[in-house]
Amino acid sequence: MPIELKEYDPGPFFDEMMVSKNRARPLAKELISLFRKMNNGELATRQDAADLAIKEMGITFTVYNENEGMIDRNWPFDIVPRIIDKKEWDGIEAGLTQRVRALNLFINDLYHEQKIIKDGVFPAEVLAESKNFRPQCLGVKPPQGVWAHICGSDLVRDADGTMYVLEDNLRVPSGVSYMLENRLVTKRVFPELFESYAPLPVGDYPTQLYEMLAALSPRKIKRPTVAVLTPGIYNSAYFEHAYLAMEMGAELVEGRDLFVEKDDCVYMRTVSGPQRVDVIYRRIDDEFIDPEVFREDSALGVPGLMRAWKAGNVGLANAPGAGVADDKVVYAFVPDIIRYYLSEEPGIPNVPTYRCMFAEERDYVLAHLDELVIKPANESGGYGMLIGPRSTKAERKRFAALIKRNPRNYIGQPTLGISTVPTVVGHSLEPRHVDLRPFILSGRDVSVTTGGLTRVALRKGSLVVNSSQGGGSKDTWIVDTEN
Amino acid sequence: MLSRVAENIYWLARYVERAENTARLVRVNSHLVLDTPRGIEPGWEPLVDITGLREQFVSVEREPNERNIVRFLIGDSSNPGSILSSLAAARENCRTVREILPRLSWERLNELYLFAKENIQSGLTKGGRDNFLDGIIVGSQGITGLLGSVMYRDEAWHFARLGRNLERADMTTRIIDVRSTDLFPDDLLESRSLDTLQWISVLRSLNGYQAYRRQVAIRVSRADVLTFLFHDASFPRSFMHCLDAVDECVWGLDNSGPATRGIRAFKRKLLKINVGEMNQASLHEFIDELQIDIGRLHSHLAETFFPPPAQLDETA
Repeated sequence: MPIELKEYDPGPFFDEMMVSKNRARPLAKELISLFRKMNNGELATRQDAADLAIKEMGITFTVYNENEGMIDRNWPFDIVPRIIDKKEWDGIEAGLTQRVRALNLFINDLYHEQKIIKDGVFPAEVLAESKNFRPQCLGVKPPQGVWAHICGSDLVRDADGTMYVLEDNLRVPSGVSYMLENRLVTKRVFPELFESYAPLPVGDYPTQLYEMLAALSPRKIKRPTVAVLTPGIYNSAYFEHAYLAMEMGAELVEGRDLFVEKDDCVYMRTVSGPQRVDVIYRRIDDEFIDPEVFREDSALGVPGLMRAWKAGNVGLANAPGAGVADDKVVYAFVPDIIRYYLSEEPGIPNVPTYRCMFAEERDYVLAHLDELVIKPANESGGYGMLIGPRSTKAERKRFAALIKRNPRNYIGQPTLGISTVPTVVGHSLEPRHVDLRPFILSGRDVSVTTGGLTRVALRKGSLVVNSSQGGGSKDTWIVDTEN
Repeated sequence: MLSRVAENIYWLARYVERAENTARLVRVNSHLVLDTPRGIEPGWEPLVDITGLREQFVSVEREPNERNIVRFLIGDSSNPGSILSSLAAARENCRTVREILPRLSWERLNELYLFAKENIQSGLTKGGRDNFLDGIIVGSQGITGLLGSVMYRDEAWHFARLGRNLERADMTTRIIDVRSTDLFPDDLLESRSLDTLQWISVLRSLNGYQAYRRQVAIRVSRADVLTFLFHDASFPRSFMHCLDAVDECVWGLDNSGPATRGIRAFKRKLLKINVGEMNQASLHEFIDELQIDIGRLHSHLAETFFPPPAQLDETA
């Protein structure tokens, strides 16, 4: 039995591949016609082949399970790629570049003159209440004035087809390794489509990352020692830490492997004795990186690391304190931040955001809890949210109290009709909601991954794409239709 | 190479080797017991001392009978030296060094661990024991063979080989000790054919029977077997072979001077001793002494290559 798309119904949402039941978008025509030629057994066979490849390649993420403790799960992957036209992508790329440039100028300003506050564009009270602002970083001048070297911004497409930035992750964004591995798996599963579509390659990310990191080296030597600092094997993104270290030929270190000497330089303990470390790509949150400065109880960090960084003896990416812009209230100000520093209009719009710190906006939020999504300022992974249209009365009551108790900590956004992509469900294809996380590297130049990680909510109707909560992922193709 | 990574690889190799040799230890004792004439109560309890785990055993088991001791040695997860615990520890060590070791080694080790976990009940039955032990031995050898055939000969390899050979040297002495311990009443030992059978069992349990027959003698004598197992550097499970391998591994590392001198002294000491002439009691003592020497060698290597943080900070 061939695969039928007559039943495929994206409903009120924008579907990335289908205009309507049985009618593919021009970009997806070939992909869809390949599916039409397959029988439904073959679809499942190809999905099985992908799952097997993921198992063989050891692509995992770590989750906590009450019965089994920490376990490695195979990365849930859907074989149907998500295709984006290069013409559209060029605009997104420019918009992201603009956004991250502005964010870095903003962070640098906050740790120096705070002109944006003095000029009345950004309220001092938002900064005062910011959980991720680090006074310890005031006055520090990181190389190139860059604080957020690696940024992962989440994009979503609304029902009318508009792409929005949903949030910026400036602390330790993860997922890029899955973007790279997804491409390898897709090459195995749909080799025939690569010939006609020729999706733009994504594989140069580790090289770009390495070059960006190496340029942070305080010692101008040919092969600076670059290390990826991981919290260890029980971290959910450990696979990615190990993967990136391996791809870059960098050392994968834990806090206990490093120490700071009296000369304020960082060394790692090797079997040949101490070896100087020039650049650290840290995948540990600020609070844990240096027990001398931040949390004293941190066993993950390196005592003295901040000292070494401030003395300019080690490069740190992302710079401590960069997370100040990784705040959902700060997010609401990003369009103003772009205008302020670059005198440009934002290339990609923000999702309309109500800031509960302002009485007028708060009143609106409280009156519309059943329509809005309420997010705390500093949570990630989809935790601590209220999805209004699906909430119970009790939940709304609880959130109203939370908001009133600490208005600065909450924002409200309209529920977007997040776009869908055909996804393998058993023997057929059904629409599932997706987002997109491109990764932006900032050094001397800014570069954006070609596409990014498309995350998909595998449960029917679900909008939660996080892998810790039943999300999976897809390969993302940027396709040049003009050449 | 990071000290932590080197240490993990070293222990990973030791634990896999320990699991394999614990299986050999239980197997040789089972076979010795099967060869015992009717009416004699064969001993299992000495294994508890041979593995150096008496304190642990007393804390978890009451009766030192066959079933309890076998369970303690192969499947007791509260005994850190059991096969199951060794494989679990090897697996934990492997998790942190997956990016350094060949990809397949993680899969194989995982499979072996799951095999042990899932088949433990059948391994505890008399009928299923041999199959279980064989599975452990073959699985461990598969991992050792995999590393040997695909690993780049860098520091990671040296530490893996180092750990494996140090553990093997130690466990070979323990397996020999099974026979040297007072398993049977003295008058029984005077029965020559029983004695021969038992030494054949020891050789077999170390996969050394064929080599011994070809290289040493058709007749199996206690003195020749002991010389073979301690001194014949061409037999890969002999004590001398293991020391040679340890020597080679350490030699290739930085800062290896003092450790190498210690290993060479150890070898000279071993060469001076004629193990064949020792009676049971002095053999047993000698083996104890060797095990202490191995422990010292380990401490020395650990201090040199994987110093604990505080210590390194002082000397750096």
